[in-house]
Amino acid sequence: MRDPIGTPMLETINVARHFDVSRPLVQRVLAREGRRSLKAVDGISFAIEKGTTLSLVGESGCGKSTVARLVVGLYGPTFGSVIFDGQDLSQARADSSQRRRMQMIFQDPYASLNPRWRVRDIIAEPIRAFGLMKDKAEIGAKVAELLTQVGLSPLDGQKFPHEFSGGQRQRISIARALSSNPEFLVCDEPTSALDVSVQAQILNLMKDLQQRLGLTYLFISHNLAVVRQVSDRVGVMYLGRLVELAPAETLFTTARHPYTRALMEAIPDLEMTGRQRIPVGGEVPSPINPPSGCPFHPRCPLADARCKAERPEMIPARGTPETMVACHAVEEGRDRVGEPLVAAGG
Amino acid sequence: MAQMNAIQRALDSDIWYSFTRSPITVASAIVALICVGGAVLAPWIAPHNPFDLASLQLMDAFKPPAWEADGDPNYLLGTDDQGRDVLSAIMYGARVSLLVGFCAVLLSVSIGITAGLAAGYMGGTVDAVLMRIADIKLTFPTILIALLIDGVVRAALPREVHDQIALYVVIFAIGISNWPSFARTVRGSTLVERNKEYVQAARVIGLSRARIMVTHVLPNVLGPVLVIATLNLGFAVLAEATLSFLGVGVPPTQPSLGTLIRIGNDFLFSGEWWITIFPGIALILLVLSVNLLGDWLRDALNPKLR
Amino acid sequence: MTAPLLEVRNLRVEFPTRRGTLVALNDVSFSIAQGEVLGVVGESGAGKSMTGAAIIGLLEPPGRIAGGEILLNGRRIDNLPYSELRKLRGREIGAIFQDPLTTLNPLYTVGAQLIETMVTHLPLNPAQARAKAIEWLELVGIPAASQRIDSYPHEFSGGMRQRVVIALALCAEPKLIVADEPTTALDVSIQAQVIALLKSLAREKGTSMMLVTHDMGVIAETADRVAVMYAGRIVEIGAVRNVVRHASHPYSAGLMGSIPPVGRRLDRMQQIDGSMPRLSAIPPGCAYNPRCPKVFDRCRVERPELMPAGDSLAACWLYAEGAPRHA
Repeated sequence: MRDPIGTPMLETINVARHFDVSRPLVQRVLAREGRRSLKAVDGISFAIEKGTTLSLVGESGCGKSTVARLVVGLYGPTFGSVIFDGQDLSQARADSSQRRRMQMIFQDPYASLNPRWRVRDIIAEPIRAFGLMKDKAEIGAKVAELLTQVGLSPLDGQKFPHEFSGGQRQRISIARALSSNPEFLVCDEPTSALDVSVQAQILNLMKDLQQRLGLTYLFISHNLAVVRQVSDRVGVMYLGRLVELAPAETLFTTARHPYTRALMEAIPDLEMTGRQRIPVGGEVPSPINPPSGCPFHPRCPLADARCKAERPEMIPARGTPETMVACHAVEEGRDRVGEPLVAAGG
Repeated sequence: MAQMNAIQRALDSDIWYSFTRSPITVASAIVALICVGGAVLAPWIAPHNPFDLASLQLMDAFKPPAWEADGDPNYLLGTDDQGRDVLSAIMYGARVSLLVGFCAVLLSVSIGITAGLAAGYMGGTVDAVLMRIADIKLTFPTILIALLIDGVVRAALPREVHDQIALYVVIFAIGISNWPSFARTVRGSTLVERNKEYVQAARVIGLSRARIMVTHVLPNVLGPVLVIATLNLGFAVLAEATLSFLGVGVPPTQPSLGTLIRIGNDFLFSGEWWITIFPGIALILLVLSVNLLGDWLRDALNPKLR
Repeated sequence: MTAPLLEVRNLRVEFPTRRGTLVALNDVSFSIAQGEVLGVVGESGAGKSMTGAAIIGLLEPPGRIAGGEILLNGRRIDNLPYSELRKLRGREIGAIFQDPLTTLNPLYTVGAQLIETMVTHLPLNPAQARAKAIEWLELVGIPAASQRIDSYPHEFSGGMRQRVVIALALCAEPKLIVADEPTTALDVSIQAQVIALLKSLAREKGTSMMLVTHDMGVIAETADRVAVMYAGRIVEIGAVRNVVRHASHPYSAGLMGSIPPVGRRLDRMQQIDGSMPRLSAIPPGCAYNPRCPKVFDRCRVERPELMPAGDSLAACWLYAEGAPRHA
């Protein structure tokens, strides 16, 4: 089912990525087992309107980083398709004038910059690779401008990455991403390796840049509080599938899926209201052997026989039709909105 | 100005610091420098030219080292059966040994890096095939392969042609047998680097695999290669000496340290010990100092051991 | 008030390097009472983990304690010989680290490790210790503990492994637990479980805890008091409610302010400009002065010590006599 919004910058239609995690042939034959595949992303659809931010949240192993890599073409989809500005991604990737329109910001600022390169060469790499400028002085001026734009000094260009702190490196990473004048940025946990005071700097910078340059973001994060600050729409992932997709305000005021509600519950309470948290019980099952039916049913306080047997599809939620949710309980109206959920097995 | 900074940075670096803090390393470096310097500059600083037949005096044959009773101060380390100065012969011999060693290592490094990068970065079938070839290669001892290659070349070519290209045959034989160690190391480091995000960033831009391998991965896997290359230089010099000692190495017209040891070996039991012992000592000093430098380099470049 | 269980006085930790000695911890003083949970927060490199490591005697060389003292129950423990220190660890001080795999030996079953710890430190024979080990695994919420006791660490998931580590840290019934980022490696939903568990166990057994983390949310929920560290020093220490809601030191206030709230969307997040100085380049005066919005002349020349600031202690000249009145 397609995601109903305005002009999409990017759209995924039932996209999936499975990884072959079988053991080597000889061992497999000896143990008499078949091939095994890990369904990192198992058929998800969403669309991002131009100039807005869509965030994907979820715990480790839910497939959100794999989605990021599918979207920029680091992985090809096992099935389904990714549409970038009306064009299939495989075609868009083949054309460098299209490719330069999307860039990625990575999680680990210590691994995402080549330690042997000077900062000015790191930032200029996309400019050179796409042949946007040829003249050395012109490239130098552009690099200086980019460094200034992300809050660094043009003189920093001649240094090596190890001379910078984590936050400064993430600024360099952003400068590199911006150097090919992209319209769409995929941000894979861009602040999760940073200290909280630096995180605020980077998020503010990203917001400023979005406003100034009209960028579209796909933002990947496990931190709901961060997601709330940056997103227009939010998708919640669990075991390779989207379980809820809604405008940010709706999601944070009226979360519908029991998993989303559990995630909200799990956030430590900084306002110190004395509210007791009710942790969701159990752990995320292995994506190699996902549970039958709804993947969340073993941990869900609302699960019943139908949840164990039948996989729910994303449909508009009762009461908040702007929310798409994959939950039988919500569909049947037995999700007790407004009451705390008592977790199973906790 | 920029150059000044580069020198200051080098002197300020951790490598230089760890170098100055290790007396054995400093001693090895001095010894290695003397060996290499003596070899490279032999035509200008050697006291005699052992290959200038006109200057050879049969009268001066079998002179013991200068400090022995019959010694001649003209010949510091004595002379051999043809009246050649042993010191000069060693200097010229080390030249050949080092030439073979350097070239062989260069060959190993080139093959090893290419194979290792390709195997590590591309993975899959390329990786499997290249690494199985390397495994098979490792089951044959270096000397055996060298003997084999030498034998084939000798059988296939007339003697005079063979003598002309013997040096290259030795370099090829030694170089070809050492590449798997480089390939494996480079492959291992490449597997690590390949998954780092800076490589993914380059892939997002759409750079070709070859370009990513050369401009991004290669500079980051060279550290361990440098270490193994240094250690391998010692092995290569030894391998060449072994081959020459067995008589299948470089032609006698261009004696290496190994050739000198073999020639001298005939006189060892007739009392003219210096003809073989001094080239032997030179070989030991050269290989030992190079290996110690390699060990130090390995430790200095490995942050875990620091 | 009774004597504190742990008392740290003017602790100084140095790292000699060839470019001079780096002072990683400078004049750090605090105490933890019986049954109290002290949270230690700060950015990476502020010295919070190092404080924990100094207390359990696991400073990584060449780091060394260069001054001050650490007292446990009134007895100095910073200068003990290695053998004494080993007895102390486990028996009196338990440690929980961020990565459970560094604490658990992969070659032994979790049962064997629990039993060994208990037999070493408690008057128990192996059979009793095994029964006790099963009890502990049940207590930390490991299902089917009597079977899982013979499993190896790698057979547990990350969250379960951290539960085993907690059992291991607590099983010898130490008086103090030093927990260094115990939940950072875990997923949000698992984090909540582990925090709840730690809290209830510490309360039940009357154990004191030093909880080192960068996650203010975890501190707010778990700690009684909190110490905020910056560039190797404590800049503020006080009851957690005071520090979280009415931070006195401008740095603590900035730190609290830059945490994004989940309850509402801000147009612009509060940020602290710049970054923490490297240990080799700590500015004179107050280390925070180049980033501080309330800086005045005295901050640039004279280093403030902890002084009363409201109900907390803060190392800030705003709370000294004669300070400008924008405190």
